[in-house]
Amino acid sequence: MARAKNLGRFLLWRSIRAFTLLAGISIISFLLVKNSPIDPIQAYIGADMLNVGPEQREKIAQHWGLDDPVFKQYVNWASSLLGGDLGTSMIYREPVAEVIKEKFSHSIVLMLTAWVLSGVIGFTMGVVAAMNKDTAIDRIIKWYCYTLASTPAFWMGLLMVMVFAVWLGWFPVGLGVPAGILSDDVTFIDKVKHLVLPAITLSIVGVANIALHTRQKMIDVLASDYILFARARGERGFILFWRHGLRNVALPAISLQFAAFSELFGGAVLTEQVFSYPGLGQATVEAGLRGDVPLLLGLVLFSALFVFTGNLIADLIYYVVDPRTREGRTYES
Amino acid sequence: MPILEVENLSVTFRQYASGLKERNIRAISNLSVTLEQGEVLAVVGASGSGKSLLAHAILGILPANAETAGSIKYCGETLTAKRTQSLRGREIALVPQSVGYLDPLMRVGNQVRTAVRNGKPAEEQRKVFKRYKLKSVVEKLFPFELSGGMARRVLLSTAMVSGAKVIIADEPTPGLDPEALNEALLNLRELGDQGCAVMLITHDIDSALRIADKIAVFYAGTTVEIAPAKDFTGDGEHLRHPYSKALWGALPQNGFTPIPGSQPHSAALPPGCLFASRCEKATKECHQAQPDLRELRNGKVRCIHAT
Ligand SMILES: Nc1ncnc2c1ncn2[C@@H]1O[C@H](COP(=O)(O)OP(=O)(O)OP(=O)(O)O)[C@@H](O)[C@H]1O
Ligand code: SF4
Ligand SMILES: [Mg+2]
Repeated sequence: MARAKNLGRFLLWRSIRAFTLLAGISIISFLLVKNSPIDPIQAYIGADMLNVGPEQREKIAQHWGLDDPVFKQYVNWASSLLGGDLGTSMIYREPVAEVIKEKFSHSIVLMLTAWVLSGVIGFTMGVVAAMNKDTAIDRIIKWYCYTLASTPAFWMGLLMVMVFAVWLGWFPVGLGVPAGILSDDVTFIDKVKHLVLPAITLSIVGVANIALHTRQKMIDVLASDYILFARARGERGFILFWRHGLRNVALPAISLQFAAFSELFGGAVLTEQVFSYPGLGQATVEAGLRGDVPLLLGLVLFSALFVFTGNLIADLIYYVVDPRTREGRTYES
Repeated sequence: MPILEVENLSVTFRQYASGLKERNIRAISNLSVTLEQGEVLAVVGASGSGKSLLAHAILGILPANAETAGSIKYCGETLTAKRTQSLRGREIALVPQSVGYLDPLMRVGNQVRTAVRNGKPAEEQRKVFKRYKLKSVVEKLFPFELSGGMARRVLLSTAMVSGAKVIIADEPTPGLDPEALNEALLNLRELGDQGCAVMLITHDIDSALRIADKIAVFYAGTTVEIAPAKDFTGDGEHLRHPYSKALWGALPQNGFTPIPGSQPHSAALPPGCLFASRCEKATKECHQAQPDLRELRNGKVRCIHAT
């Protein structure tokens, strides 16, 4: 079938692009890190620096090949990367892949919750605003979105902590689980409680984009000839929205949500920092501050892949779901 | 009694031109037209003469910034907003102009089913498709997959299954090949013969004449003449209004004589006869007040000098 063939070519092309993208990103970030004033040995040893003599430093450097030319170091790193080995994190003293897996399992809960929340809430806001265009409700939603669009995530996070954690005491101030409790004793409720504030922070900031986009799209749809014709057939209100509005607005909205993975990731980094939430974002900041080169590189590659996947799904949705690209047949009668 | 009666309809758009300055656009003024059961009425006129607006006004789907005056009666009863809402798609159906009026993401069979008012939707849809010689695969197609002729028949189907007594077809013919055009016209005529009242809005006087009983000629948002179709013949000597005659004379087979000048813009209508600036017979009185629509020789005309 022509369509399966097209899809295959599309995926192959995308894979090649993903590969070149990752290669490019890895070279650039490797060079950046190598030329930054980070001293990886000091980062590794941490506060024990005074107890380590120059001889031992030399040994560590040799062990990691830190004295080799940068190009050789990159080739070494890249070839073990191709073999599936991301190296060992210096600050966690664990394989980078393990660290990322463990941190990501926390982050994904946060990001997924925020992603779904912001998608559903933003979509609803956009639809409501468009169906009530130029009324007070529309103006309020628009004002809210424009205000939010210019609010940094960490600022919103701090505000949430101040109001709901410090003043009202409804939720814990930070961390992913209660402090000083054995991990076996942490209940599901505990986890949810620690998730609420960061997830809300992340979604509050995330709704603006999707709401404004959906509003505009919905306004276009409502002004379209097919809505006019549907009204001429007697349809109105919710039926009209359900039959013709939703169908035509949902596809671009879902696609946009997937394409927004980069903002989601960026927002998560800041939000996790504010809430000391033990996810990828926090690990990224620590790896950067403390010069954990292998972890930092691993995280950069991982986030690139993450964003890339989002974009791929966004494109695939149009490709697979939209009948205009899905069923390329025409019939003559 | 006419099934649909439009009397002195005016449609005005409020527009904010620049800043807070309000500008009124009188797109339709004092328009009157009636539609009888079993009759095909063709509405002809230049682009911008208010043909589509009339259709939208009857169906109550004008944009929010439009204000209407005058009256529209259905079966002798004035149409209020509420009544129109309940009649739409049930008693009065629209056949829109192009495939663009179908939801691009919904299979056409389903769209026709949503228009069914009596009986089982799927059954009614299949019946009407069969009647219009649409194969059964068509119901599963999306609008973009239809050929021009198929789209035309699908759009007609939506009006058919509604069981409406009044069918308003807004320019249903452009872009059709001769065969499809013929078919579309016959379908409309058939509706009329079955007792529906059909309003055929079109640019194409030739096509209109083939099926219409009466022709209403629009100019700058008003009816200038309503004439039996048979009056459109010869040199137009049976026609009443100078514009109708000019329109008739402008057809290729009648000499291709162009009408000098242009239709006045709806934001700047003259106080007198709207056609005066282009009329050869215009006199001083013509510029003073808009002539009333009056009966003349089994038709109607809006011209003080018409005989
Ligand atoms: N929403 C609107 N706001 C302002 N003016 C409008 C609006 N819609 C239509 N008009 C005006 O009303 C007039 C009549 O428009 P209408 O669409 O009824 O013309 P028409 O006779 O159907 O023309 P066509 O043959 O091109 O379809 C036009 O001059 C147009 O400028
Ligand atoms: S009223 Fe006067 S200007 Fe108008 S059409 Fe008749 S003759 Fe011409
Ligand atoms: Mg029109």
